[in-house]
Amino acid sequence: MQDTIAAIATPNAVGGIGIVRISGSRAIEIADRVFKSKNNLLLSELEGYRAVYGMIMDKQLAVDEAIALVFKAPKSYTGENVVEFSCHGGLFVMQRVLRVVLENGARSALPGEFTKRAFLNGRLDLTEAESVMNIISAHGEQASMAALNALDGALSKKINKILDVFLSAAAHMSVWVDYPDEDIEELDFSSLLIDYKNARNELEKLLLEFDAGQAITQGVETAIVGRPNVGKSTLMNMLIGTKRSIVTSYAGTTRDIIEETVRIGNVVLRLADTAGIRNSDDPVESIGIEMAKEKLNRSGLVICVFDASEKLNNEDYKLLELCRNKKSIAVINKTDLPIVFDEQEIKNYVGHIVYISAVNLQGYDDLKNAIENTLGTQEFDTSAAMLATERQRDCCKRAIECVDEAIFAIESGLTMDAINVSTDGAIESLLEMTGKKVSDAVVDKVFERFCVGK
Amino acid sequence: MEHLAKHYEVIVIGGGHAGIEAALASARLGCKTCIFTINADWVGDLPCNPSIGGTSKGHLVREIDSLGGEMAKAADKTMIQSRMLNLGKGPAVHSPRAQIDRRDYAGYMKNCIEKQENLDFKQAEVMDIKKRDDGLWELRTRLNTFFTAKCVILATGTFLGGMIHIGDVSYESGPDGMFPSNALVDSLRELGIMTRRFKTGTPARVNKKSIDFSVLEVQDGDEKPVVFSFESPIEACNKAVCYMTYTNEETKKVILDNLHLSPLYGGKIEGVGPRYCPSFEDKIVRFADKQRHQVFVEPCGLNTQEMYLQGLSSSLPEDVQLKFMKTIPGFENIEIIRTGYAIEYECVDPLMLKNSLEFLDYDGLFGAGQFNGSSGYEEAAAQGLVAGINAVHKIKGKKPLVLDRASSYIGTLIDDLVTKGCSDPYRMMTSRSEYRLILRHDNADIRLTKIGYEIGLISEERYKKFLKKCELIENEKKRVESIVFSPTKEINDMLVSRETSPIESGVRMSELLKRPQVNYESLTKFDVTRPDIDYEIFDQVQIGIKYEGYIKRQQAQVDEMRRLECKEMPQDIDYSKILGLRIEAREKLEKIRPANVGQASRISGVSPADISVLLIYLEKEGKR
Repeated sequence: MQDTIAAIATPNAVGGIGIVRISGSRAIEIADRVFKSKNNLLLSELEGYRAVYGMIMDKQLAVDEAIALVFKAPKSYTGENVVEFSCHGGLFVMQRVLRVVLENGARSALPGEFTKRAFLNGRLDLTEAESVMNIISAHGEQASMAALNALDGALSKKINKILDVFLSAAAHMSVWVDYPDEDIEELDFSSLLIDYKNARNELEKLLLEFDAGQAITQGVETAIVGRPNVGKSTLMNMLIGTKRSIVTSYAGTTRDIIEETVRIGNVVLRLADTAGIRNSDDPVESIGIEMAKEKLNRSGLVICVFDASEKLNNEDYKLLELCRNKKSIAVINKTDLPIVFDEQEIKNYVGHIVYISAVNLQGYDDLKNAIENTLGTQEFDTSAAMLATERQRDCCKRAIECVDEAIFAIESGLTMDAINVSTDGAIESLLEMTGKKVSDAVVDKVFERFCVGK
Repeated sequence: MEHLAKHYEVIVIGGGHAGIEAALASARLGCKTCIFTINADWVGDLPCNPSIGGTSKGHLVREIDSLGGEMAKAADKTMIQSRMLNLGKGPAVHSPRAQIDRRDYAGYMKNCIEKQENLDFKQAEVMDIKKRDDGLWELRTRLNTFFTAKCVILATGTFLGGMIHIGDVSYESGPDGMFPSNALVDSLRELGIMTRRFKTGTPARVNKKSIDFSVLEVQDGDEKPVVFSFESPIEACNKAVCYMTYTNEETKKVILDNLHLSPLYGGKIEGVGPRYCPSFEDKIVRFADKQRHQVFVEPCGLNTQEMYLQGLSSSLPEDVQLKFMKTIPGFENIEIIRTGYAIEYECVDPLMLKNSLEFLDYDGLFGAGQFNGSSGYEEAAAQGLVAGINAVHKIKGKKPLVLDRASSYIGTLIDDLVTKGCSDPYRMMTSRSEYRLILRHDNADIRLTKIGYEIGLISEERYKKFLKKCELIENEKKRVESIVFSPTKEINDMLVSRETSPIESGVRMSELLKRPQVNYESLTKFDVTRPDIDYEIFDQVQIGIKYEGYIKRQQAQVDEMRRLECKEMPQDIDYSKILGLRIEAREKLEKIRPANVGQASRISGVSPADISVLLIYLEKEGKR
């Protein structure tokens, strides 16, 4: 039986509406796990060709409102059970929806996989399938061109520099092995270790900067948390009001839960707050540690708001504890009441502390600086080497794993063949960005660098 | 007078390392076979270095042995010095190498061929080859004698269109002063098989008595010599030593002053030379800042005074060769017996071959060895063996033997040749294998004996012995998993003395063996239940334990690779009808005609998207 696959089926760009498609025997079951219809209908109880309005839910949290379209096998594009969620466009939301679907049992579809299934299930004839594959193939070409282009500039230089460390080492090990009688200088493993660690740091830096780069290009999910009436709404107003660049702002009930998008300096923040920022006059508002935890878990930045006139209580400490391993900023709202708040106490938990004044909206610049500092975007040079895509990030990550393995092998005194194999792994991951094969690259390097032969 | 002499099932053209293995395999598998050579005295000649094995080449020899080839046994029988290379660099790259008595080796092979059932041995130059209307191949020799065969294996080495260059002197010749094979080139062209020119070279041989050994370093063989064959009954022993000296600035100066006399730099040679064994003048030019180069002085045999000078391959004029050699310590009065030379020869683009080594477009015609663009005795023998087996399989209607990249260096070699091709003579190297932790010389038998047995080249007796070995390994694996050592003072003293941490509670033997500092030998005293079996069994277990993580990772890659490898592609696919393919991919696929999707995916210029298109196409064809 075929497994169930899912992907964003609409172009990878901002549009009015976006579709996430799920196909496979478990498509409807998975859809039911993430979709809550307005009338409490289960998709599995529907006939084919039906549309239902409801919410995409990530556990208790609404992600987006959507219309679910149900197609039952074999009457669907792929000939399998298919559910399509039509959501509110927007790359970020679409990715969130897809992530929830994947977390609930679907697998990410490969390029052309829906078409392939359609063809194999007899839903497309060969000419149709071939023409679709032709387009996919052309896309592949474009994608690889795009990848090459992305590699042309700063990133390419950087990757090639790092690659050279491993290639040289691999060539040296290779020549040392393949020409044992030749007059080749011994490979100095202690200096190799230093080179590897430096290269690893470079890669690690690229990974870290990827997040900053993504923060600039894609935006950062930001949670604003704090006890009721500490000034969250003040902060929200300040952020939205001073540099207003809202992408989506629905007045209303549930929609508020999703996000407010604001640009602060060079970063786009997606402000999420389920505790009802707009309903701050609601007496039942409570921070709810569980709820805060949820939000915190999925956000890239946490802004913790405190009231300067109140001492920290238990709930505050629990919150702070959750901030420990997060990129976080404490915002202290100065009211006109006397300050009793002890700044030192929270320094252990958060990276930055910023004071804002509710009365005259002061402190915006401080907050902006704190945000940029925390996200690492302040010094971010957009012309510098930057991993542009998830794929590149993945390559980089795998390269680091291999380098770690090699470092482990060197440090624990394993023989050179083990170091060599790990080095090959690192080279392979890095070469994936340029498309060359390891063995060819190493062999070329050998003859470029070493004088060997009969 | 023209006459039809005889019909064979398989004819092998060429009596070098490829031809010998091909002919022996074919005859041993029951096919009436004939091997042609230009000089019957020199089948299995070593026209270059008098040694067999070395890094990755030693692996090839042991693999050839595990499949039932002859090279390992011949080398074991005629070796005069044995060394295990790369000790201390890890088991994956340990490589046996032996100095060989060159005359003895050729004599062994000659006798072996002569005694072989089903095999005729003929000294004759094949001039002409063509396909008859009845499907048989017809060969004509210089004496106008005709032979027919169902399958023909071309293993012409450097004889085909051979041309020797020394300075401004050039002449048509095979290696070692033998006749070249020129007419056959034209005959192949008439068939439509286009050949190209490659180049290789060899250093001078000199007289031992003219060398001052007092200033040379001696290079002894290993204390415990090893053999190549897993079934060699003989004990190897060292009977000779090698020597080492260095070139110097003076040598370099002579070369640079005379570079214009080199046929290579003078533009006389058009053939593409191997990058990995450059001539000495190449090394001087390309690595100008290197002050000295090593020279190894290797005996060509026990009953000869000829010494081979590894490192000094040259095609400079004879007087220049002499002049630069005399600058080297110990060589002041050197006497050349044979002058070094470069040799150009004709070979094919191996992309014209299937992974069975049969031509894509010429039914029943196979290529092996240097003819296919490779270099080296071992590379040639490996291909010869596979070509021989596959000629027989073709005749008997069996599936061809195709060894995948994860099975062997042989498989890697052939896959590289027929999938990627080569732009200069292809030499095996460990770095060419992505699975080298699995492809070790020590486990060649474990990887391949079963295959050799199924083909029919491994005897029942040897196979039983092999199965017994596997059983012992399995038992020993279980034993080290179950043995637990208590933290006694003795064992902790040993651990501390080996700079590893002492144990605090009972620890399994397998856990201790995982530590790089601990091995079987260091545990001998404590391991009281150790069975009395060959050390090689322990070695297998120990390597498996020490490199477990790395081996597992490679095994995962192997499994992934084999998934695509088992999706076969019909040879009659009309790629122009598969619409989704990009033009570059289509052209490459049409040329190479891969046997399976795995091979297709390794072709440069074929993208993953192209592979998806192919998979769809194959699914569709499968349903039809």
